[in-house]
Amino acid sequence: MFNNLKILYHQGKQYIPDITKATVPGVFRGRPIISSEKINENELIELCPTGAISSNPIRIDLGKCTFCGECAFTFPEKIQFTSDYKIAANERGQLVIKEGEDKLMVLNPDLIRNEISKYFSGSLKLRQVCAGGDGSNELELNACGNVNFDMGRFGIEFVASPRHADGIVITGPITENMAEPLQICYDAIPEPKLIILAGTDAISSGIFEGSAALNRNFLSKYKIDLFVPGNPIHPLTFVNGVLDLIKKR
Amino acid sequence: MNHTIVKNNQCIPVSSIPVLDYERFLEHNISFLREEHYHCVNFYGIQHKEKIKLICCIANDNDATINVSSSIVESKQTLPSFSQHHFSFHIFEREIHENFEINYTDHPWLKPLRFSFNRPNNNNTIANYPFLKIDSEELHEVGVGPIHAGIIEPGHFRFICNGEQILHLEIQLGFQHRGIETLFLEKKKLLQRTALAESIAGDTVTGHTTAFVNLWESLCNYKTEPDLQFARTIALELERIAIHTGDLSAMCTDVAYQLGSSVYGRLRTPVINYFQVWCGNRLAKGLIRPGKNNFSFNKILGDSLIKIFDEYEPDFNEISSMTFTLPTVLARFEKTGVLTPEHAASIGAVGMIARTSGINRDIRTSHPHDFYSTLHHQAIIKRHGDVYSRAQIRKEEILQSIKYIRELTKTIPEENKNRKPLNPPMPDSFAISLVEGWRGEICHCAITDEQGELMHYKVKDPSLHNWLGLALAVRNNEISDFPICNKSFDLSYCGHDL
Ligand code: SF4
Repeated sequence: MFNNLKILYHQGKQYIPDITKATVPGVFRGRPIISSEKINENELIELCPTGAISSNPIRIDLGKCTFCGECAFTFPEKIQFTSDYKIAANERGQLVIKEGEDKLMVLNPDLIRNEISKYFSGSLKLRQVCAGGDGSNELELNACGNVNFDMGRFGIEFVASPRHADGIVITGPITENMAEPLQICYDAIPEPKLIILAGTDAISSGIFEGSAALNRNFLSKYKIDLFVPGNPIHPLTFVNGVLDLIKKR
Repeated sequence: MNHTIVKNNQCIPVSSIPVLDYERFLEHNISFLREEHYHCVNFYGIQHKEKIKLICCIANDNDATINVSSSIVESKQTLPSFSQHHFSFHIFEREIHENFEINYTDHPWLKPLRFSFNRPNNNNTIANYPFLKIDSEELHEVGVGPIHAGIIEPGHFRFICNGEQILHLEIQLGFQHRGIETLFLEKKKLLQRTALAESIAGDTVTGHTTAFVNLWESLCNYKTEPDLQFARTIALELERIAIHTGDLSAMCTDVAYQLGSSVYGRLRTPVINYFQVWCGNRLAKGLIRPGKNNFSFNKILGDSLIKIFDEYEPDFNEISSMTFTLPTVLARFEKTGVLTPEHAASIGAVGMIARTSGINRDIRTSHPHDFYSTLHHQAIIKRHGDVYSRAQIRKEEILQSIKYIRELTKTIPEENKNRKPLNPPMPDSFAISLVEGWRGEICHCAITDEQGELMHYKVKDPSLHNWLGLALAVRNNEISDFPICNKSFDLSYCGHDL
């Protein structure tokens, strides 16, 4: 008993008090800023492994970006990744960052269904489905509930059964072999329900783009409520994105 | 000559690999495995005009060499199996069977492996996997997955139980198949291929990426500088510490030891946050690159890492001395999920799972790469093969890795600011790379064509061997002990499915 208390005491305070204002350590690659500097655009577009960069004006699609950082290393005067981790969006187009843009990303309130804040603002239970995810987004989604990020304090939790869930969080590029289980799981969730895509692989299939082993038909059938970019997602991106989605409006 | 001898990360002309007739190929390779210091690190088929070329790589753990030989067979041919002589070949032959419809007269378990998208037989689908059936009034079947209760990857487990007791477990995988090996050929840019290597298994980013870059550099005849090798070694040991710590947390969760779960869980955080400080990503994506390093390791980084360990170690030792003596934990860990040394040897277990069943198998000792030859690594060996051994080895390997990093960071190699660019890969070549990731032995092999373009790429994750170990270890255990057994193995689904 005494030893237990000692161990508890030695842990100090681990949780992040204000999850919306936390800072991330080190050289985090979050929301990029693209300057108007003139550079060799073709070279820039060519070097990106996932075709996330396009021109006229230069844009980066965070839904495709693997956050490898190579563009910023090669053209530091053109592209800079900031430590702003609030990069979730509820409209696919919002994920495209244009040259000269430097504004905080917020969800488009017009696209959020009324019942979302009505039913889920105090409690949101999610079922996660990994459909070809490499395990990294899964590790970070688990971390969302750990003693540091502690998303449970906002009533957001992952549950075991789709029947207990209010929505689905998909990771991975959606393999052919997971297409059917994913559909069955989604169908088992009662209405109203959300769909959240966590990570670049889920949003655009990322580096797996074009693989014949994928089947992404599921995504064309439904409206996606939240896109959370990252490779993998940072827990702060996920938690803040979800809080923004379900907050009382 | 029946085989050619290569070292880890050596590139040789494809033509130097002897082509044997199948009988000799079989006899020659299985003859190695009669001695314990040999094991098969890779055995696979590639399309060779209308035929199939089989390539077998047998490692000699005593003298750091790998014996490579090959044989050309007809597709759809029926052959005697290697597995009949040494069971550890079973998984490779299942893959060869699935990919090329080669049949074996005497393979004990010739079932689909991962339902790869380019399998010739499309009648086999993941929904109609041929599970072992039992016809009995007393026994019942339990099916779990592919989607599991937690946030983990998909796979299907089919148990045959007598009451609460597991008699048999069959593990069906393939749900995660993304066609990685084909993508390695289709995506032509080096950065794309590196990103692919980083995504083979997201919990083994440094392991698989190191295997890829070491392989690529040897294909390009590039002399890897010490500062690059140094950073890779540090990253590999850090990944080991991070994942082992997280696993100890998860194992505590599975036996309802809340304090252990929280403390180990929070101890993982500074380690993965360190990766973010170093390279901007908590799981080290972006850190390891062929022929360069965007985030060179320096004295400041070294000092801050040591500071993290100075804080980590006392808290880690404190919670460990509690966890490893607590009767409620021990009652669940000890003698649970035993993988016997005989079973481990027969399935060709690798990594931690081999070492907890008394087998001294560790690439860091037997085929050292990067900085491991300077570390003179001594593998930690456990003998009981139970959940307790698998918890203990994690605890001890964490402390060992910290010791290595403390030692390594005393002399940090200077960053080379004038690095030579990579040459293109050499034509008509074969290269092999072995890395001891936190889970065990990773093996990548590549073959180039006459233009030096990648013609074939082969990835082997340690999980390929070890999944069967889990199935064997849970026999005769209570089904309620399955989660803790599964967690203690912590095998990769995507690494297996590719
Ligand atoms: S950081 Fe993103 S945009 Fe830049 S090169 Fe990498 S994938 Fe492309």
